[in-house]
Amino acid sequence: MTLFSLTQRAMSAQLVRMNAATSNLANAGSVARSEEEAYRPLRPVFVTELDRASGLTSVRSDGIVRSDAAPIQRYDPNHPYADEDGNVWESPVHESAEMIEIMESARQYQNLVQALQTAKQLMLDTLRSN
Amino acid sequence: MNEQIFGIHGAALELRSQRLGVLASNIANAATPGYKARDIDFAAALDARLGGASADSSVENNMMYRIATMPSLDGNTVELGNEQVAFTENAVAYSATLSFVQGKVDTITRALKGE
Repeated sequence: MTLFSLTQRAMSAQLVRMNAATSNLANAGSVARSEEEAYRPLRPVFVTELDRASGLTSVRSDGIVRSDAAPIQRYDPNHPYADEDGNVWESPVHESAEMIEIMESARQYQNLVQALQTAKQLMLDTLRSN
Repeated sequence: MNEQIFGIHGAALELRSQRLGVLASNIANAATPGYKARDIDFAAALDARLGGASADSSVENNMMYRIATMPSLDGNTVELGNEQVAFTENAVAYSATLSFVQGKVDTITRALKGE
C-alpha cells in the first residue's frame, strides 16, 4: 500500500459515512404504519486495515448497520398511516447529531486531502532533486 | 558508500519518510473505534539506524503508542490537532533533510565536473 491508496481508502470511508448521515437526515421525520416499518438511522462500521508489507494502516467501512434506536410513537388519528389505535411511528433521527456527524466527516476528509497534498509535494521535491 | 557520502542525512530522510506514513495512518483512522495512534521515537530510531540496525528493525523497535490527553469513549486515541502538528513538523524536517542531501549531491557533482 502506498500513501496514495491509504488516503484514497480513508477518503472513501469518510464518504460512506457522510452518505449514511445524509440519508438519515433526509429521512428525519418520516412516518411509518408500524414500529417495524419505521426508518432506523444508518451507521457505517469502520475497521482498520493493516498492510504488513509497508506498515501503513488504512481504514475501510465494513458494512452499514441500522441503529437499534426505538421509533417514536406519535398519536395522530387523522394521519392516513395511523393504525387502529390512532398511532403513527416516526423515525428516531436526531437532526443535530447527524449534522455534527456530517461536519466531523467533512473536516476529516479535508484533513486527509491536506495530508495527501503535503506528502505529494515532498515526493515531487525528492523526485526533482538531482 | 551511501553512508559515507550522505552521513546522517540519508538515514534521517528514510526515517522521516517512514514516519510520514505512520502519521498519515493515524489521520486516516481518526474515526475508527478502538484504533490506537502510533508514532516513531525519531531520535531513538535514528540512533539505532546509525548504530547499524536495519531500517525496518530500527523503526519497529522504536514504534510507540501515543498517550492521549483525553481518549474518546470508543477507545480511539487519535487527537487530530496533535497529529496535524506532528505531520507538519515531520514534513518540514523532511524538506530540511532533503536540502542537506541535495547540497551533498551538488558538492559531489561539482567536484566530478571539475568546475
